[in-house]
Amino acid sequence: MLSLVNKWLKSAALEVQEYVRLLGALAQASVSRPFYYRDFIEQLEIIGVGSLTVVLLTGFFTGAVLALQTGVTLDQFGARPVVGRVVSATMVKELGPVLTALMLAGRVGSGIAAELGSMVVTDQINALRALGTDPVRKLVLPRVVAGLFMAPILTVIADFVGMMGGGVVAVTQLQVSWSVYRTSILDGLYVEDAWMGLIKPFVLGFVIVSIGCHVGLRAGGGTQGVGRATTQAVVAASVAVLSVDFFLTRFLLSVMY
Amino acid sequence: MASIRLNERTRTLNPTSDQDAPVIVFENVSLAFDDKVILRSISFTLREGQTKIILGGSGAGKSTILKLVLGLWKPDGGAIWVNGERVDHMGERDLMRVRGGLGMVFQEGALFDSLTVRENVGYKLYEETDLPLEEVHRRVEQVLGFIGLAEHIDKMPSELSGGQRRRVAIARAMAFKPRIILYDEPTTGLDPITAATVDDEIIKLRDLESVTSMVVTHHLRDAFYIATRAAARRNGRIAIESASAEKADEAEFIMLRDGLVVFEGNAEELRHAEDIYLRTFLS
Repeated sequence: MLSLVNKWLKSAALEVQEYVRLLGALAQASVSRPFYYRDFIEQLEIIGVGSLTVVLLTGFFTGAVLALQTGVTLDQFGARPVVGRVVSATMVKELGPVLTALMLAGRVGSGIAAELGSMVVTDQINALRALGTDPVRKLVLPRVVAGLFMAPILTVIADFVGMMGGGVVAVTQLQVSWSVYRTSILDGLYVEDAWMGLIKPFVLGFVIVSIGCHVGLRAGGGTQGVGRATTQAVVAASVAVLSVDFFLTRFLLSVMY
Repeated sequence: MASIRLNERTRTLNPTSDQDAPVIVFENVSLAFDDKVILRSISFTLREGQTKIILGGSGAGKSTILKLVLGLWKPDGGAIWVNGERVDHMGERDLMRVRGGLGMVFQEGALFDSLTVRENVGYKLYEETDLPLEEVHRRVEQVLGFIGLAEHIDKMPSELSGGQRRRVAIARAMAFKPRIILYDEPTTGLDPITAATVDDEIIKLRDLESVTSMVVTHHLRDAFYIATRAAARRNGRIAIESASAEKADEAEFIMLRDGLVVFEGNAEELRHAEDIYLRTFLS
């Protein structure tokens, strides 16, 4: 039993060490040339455009169900007209960033881990190094920078669509007029909320993509290993999203409000 | 132009560029992963223009030697020199420069799935040099013409047969004109006829392009074929014929067993070896 715990601790420490080492190499690559612009543009499309549908659907239905649930509760206090305020504050500060990040962890994190993992097991990463290319610079940096750019953009889209979804429910199910809903949305939003809603996805985007890359590059053991890496990437990125979100929220609340 | 400059640069950096000068030297190199010993005090020298064929069973440490030459792995002990530079303790940035003089053909080819044959072959020239695009295209077409795959230039690797993929990998390794090419099991998984076409490319590169070769294989047929054949231009065509005794002598065999060198010599000496393990391997 003790040896099992020992083994688990050792492997966890090794993973952390390798992740920190990857972040170090990433920092070094980000301040020196060359930067592979073509790969960066390609990743913007894969991470951003490729995730648009899932983010639109998630955002819309989250906003809609939020309006539906809070509408019932607000009714008890005769506060149904402020449903827009609840939807906007919740979407912008919390659900928009977190749910978008979870969707990205499932779609982008797993995709990156699978792609890099299969490159490892088929010796393509070694081939890159043999041809004089730094894999961190060529594969990790463009993905991480694209993640940093696209996560906030996708979150803003999810927030907007979520508020629209909430609006549809407010008008059709709760009989709140559109103008009241719109005014309520704007009343519930503060500049600090908007900043929180932009800073969070920026950090979460980095976490998701860097974990996907780390797990992919550490893959081994043939196609089975690639499958394992894909699952690990989704699990690790999802848990990281939720825990980083908690600590980031605490930090932002203490410095901004 | 940059590829020519790159090539010239590696040549001028190299203090041992004379014919027969050592280009790869292993001196008492050892490597182990935890309790598993992979190499035990291995020493050998590969000279300019020659071929070193590394034989041995699965897990004998053959492919490890190539990864150590490229600096992809670091040895636990001993020293490794490549083109006059000691690489066993070299940092990744300096290794990139050393790798400019080395081409590598990986097991199964290791072609980039998402790139076409053209992009795979010209990868280093497109991505890592400032060469004008037209010049890179010309070099890629020239190299693919040399290995007889010019008509497949715009295909994806998944559209090629196993033998074609291996030959494209050879084209990628030679595109930037390295002085040394390392082949890791280049014919494994291929039928004998396709394997012979891959062997012919190795021979052509060695004899017509003066490339120093290090071939890791467990296929004796291919090993002896590469050692005892030579390529020559006859009336504008390339012919593969029997090598002269002197030429055959330039190909040296190393047999590895449990991380140790158990034989070192030419094809003739290997054929007449009396060691029981060698006889079993040869039979």
